[in-house]
Amino acid sequence: MLYALKIAMRYLTASKAQTALLVVGVALGVFIFIFMSALIGGLAEFILARTAGDMAHITIVAQARDPEQLTPSNGVVLLAVQSDTALPDLRDGAAFLPMIGAMPAVKAASPQITGAAVLQRGLRAAQVAVTGLQTGQESAITNLQGYLVAGDASLRAGTVLLGQSLVDDLGLALGQTITLQATSGARASLTLSGIYQIGTGGGPDRARAYVSLGTARGLFAMPQGYSRIEIKLYDLYAADGVATQIVQQTGLPAESWTKGGAQLLEALRAQAQTGYFLKSFAMISIVIGISSALLLSTYRRRPEIGIMRAMGAKRSFVVVVFVLQGALIGLMGGLLGATLGYLALLPFPTRDNFRAGVLPMDITQGSYGLAILLTLIGAIAASILPARGAARVDPVTAIGQ
Amino acid sequence: MTLLRVTDLVKTFGTGDTATRVLRGLNLTLAKGEMAALLGPSGSGKSTLLTILGTLMQPTSGGHDMLDVDLTRADDAELTLFRRAHIGFVFQFHNLLPDFTALENVIFPTAIAQGRETDAARARGADLLTRMGLQDRIHFPSAKLSGGQKQRVAVARALMNAPELVLADEPTGNLDRASAAQVMELIAQINRDQGTTFLISTHDEKIAALCARQIVVGDGIVTG
Repeated sequence: MLYALKIAMRYLTASKAQTALLVVGVALGVFIFIFMSALIGGLAEFILARTAGDMAHITIVAQARDPEQLTPSNGVVLLAVQSDTALPDLRDGAAFLPMIGAMPAVKAASPQITGAAVLQRGLRAAQVAVTGLQTGQESAITNLQGYLVAGDASLRAGTVLLGQSLVDDLGLALGQTITLQATSGARASLTLSGIYQIGTGGGPDRARAYVSLGTARGLFAMPQGYSRIEIKLYDLYAADGVATQIVQQTGLPAESWTKGGAQLLEALRAQAQTGYFLKSFAMISIVIGISSALLLSTYRRRPEIGIMRAMGAKRSFVVVVFVLQGALIGLMGGLLGATLGYLALLPFPTRDNFRAGVLPMDITQGSYGLAILLTLIGAIAASILPARGAARVDPVTAIGQ
Repeated sequence: MTLLRVTDLVKTFGTGDTATRVLRGLNLTLAKGEMAALLGPSGSGKSTLLTILGTLMQPTSGGHDMLDVDLTRADDAELTLFRRAHIGFVFQFHNLLPDFTALENVIFPTAIAQGRETDAARARGADLLTRMGLQDRIHFPSAKLSGGQKQRVAVARALMNAPELVLADEPTGNLDRASAAQVMELIAQINRDQGTTFLISTHDEKIAALCARQIVVGDGIVTG
């Protein structure tokens, strides 16, 4: 093996230009593999962060109660329903919240009170969806702290967080007072304490207002309970199982994000499969490149193979020499490609700093070790066919060439 | 003492109408320590005989024994090991490995057998090259040696594993007169000193005259 390695290395160093070209070719394939891994992985991370990452993985929403039937006591047949204008609430939610939060799969459980309101500032007004969050848990589900562009993300009594688009529409500035009026007529005067920017335009930046849980209780006349409980998990793909567990243990109507996000899940899987295809093509090109180069090399070295065989080299020795050549090319190309790939990814922002409009390349998802390992395996596989061909060379014919 | 014996050796290339019978029942015996020349016109079967004796090819039929081993029954791996241990080759065009130095070429057969280049092999290789008058070319790239030097390296390589038999196919055919004489002198000296058996295929009668025995092959059989 040692001697076969020496011969393999000598053959590689004897044709420096050819070897260099081959190594660069392999490195290019590995570079593409790593670049695609970082891009696909980063893109998935980005999409997840912007969709499933910023949404609750499990949601428990208060169910609207059926109106109660009223039957008068005098026996007259009459059916009436009691008017119920109050928002549905999760009265049992508070009792189960500590238990849900303590589940090992749960990263955070955020009780919320939500409702619709009209935001007013002077003569200007806009309809918004109001979300009341518990102080200290402002970023538990949607990373408000991460999206903050001005002010403070901490919600206290009498403060409100608004999106950049809404702030621009209403001509607001930090520290200014606005009024929120709920559909029930309740009003609250709030100070703009923070501005966030989740997207590049509308959506949550224009139609949502975040207030403290206490403010929301007053606004929506909900002295106890919650409208919903949003739960974030460490592994979003475990949501189905954990939701079932919550339903079984609490009886609360917990729903996994996959129920409503099947298309997103499908898209993520399709994207991952696209990545596998692209990476497979890169690997196939490496294998074909090495195989064809070694075929040429074995053809060129047929007389030498004949001499080796005449001098007593077994067929297996010849196979090992050429397989080692392939392995060395794969190893060198793999290391070079991985290094170049890493260096090329360095200028891109890290996954924590992904921003809209910037290519989300995740340097941590370059699959460097895997790329080198697969290249090595591919190179060895690619060299087996030419090596076996070399071992079958008839020494008499080869020496006579 | 008999080193090798071939009996009724037949070698046919191709089949059917295109079949060519190169050896037609050839018989030959070589004794240990002999230095024999193999003479004959082109196409007489000399090279085919050397190839079979060198275990690089099996005969179509007939017997082939060397050192009391029936080589016609051996498979490729067994022939390779036998060849490695007992037979050396010198080719007309030296056939050195061009990317290796003179010393690396010489110790190649031993390194193959041992799986690595040992100090002992290097010492023996250097000694052989010195005996060939190449002491100042030991670490020289073989591709940069002259034709005569290359052929002397090839002779040293053939002797590296101390084989009982060295087969030389036109070893001087590609050399000038002075280099040819030098190579033949070396071969004769090794034959005398070490008792190595040489079978030298040649067209040159002057070279053949340097050998103790002349074997003439014609039309696939030994004719003289």
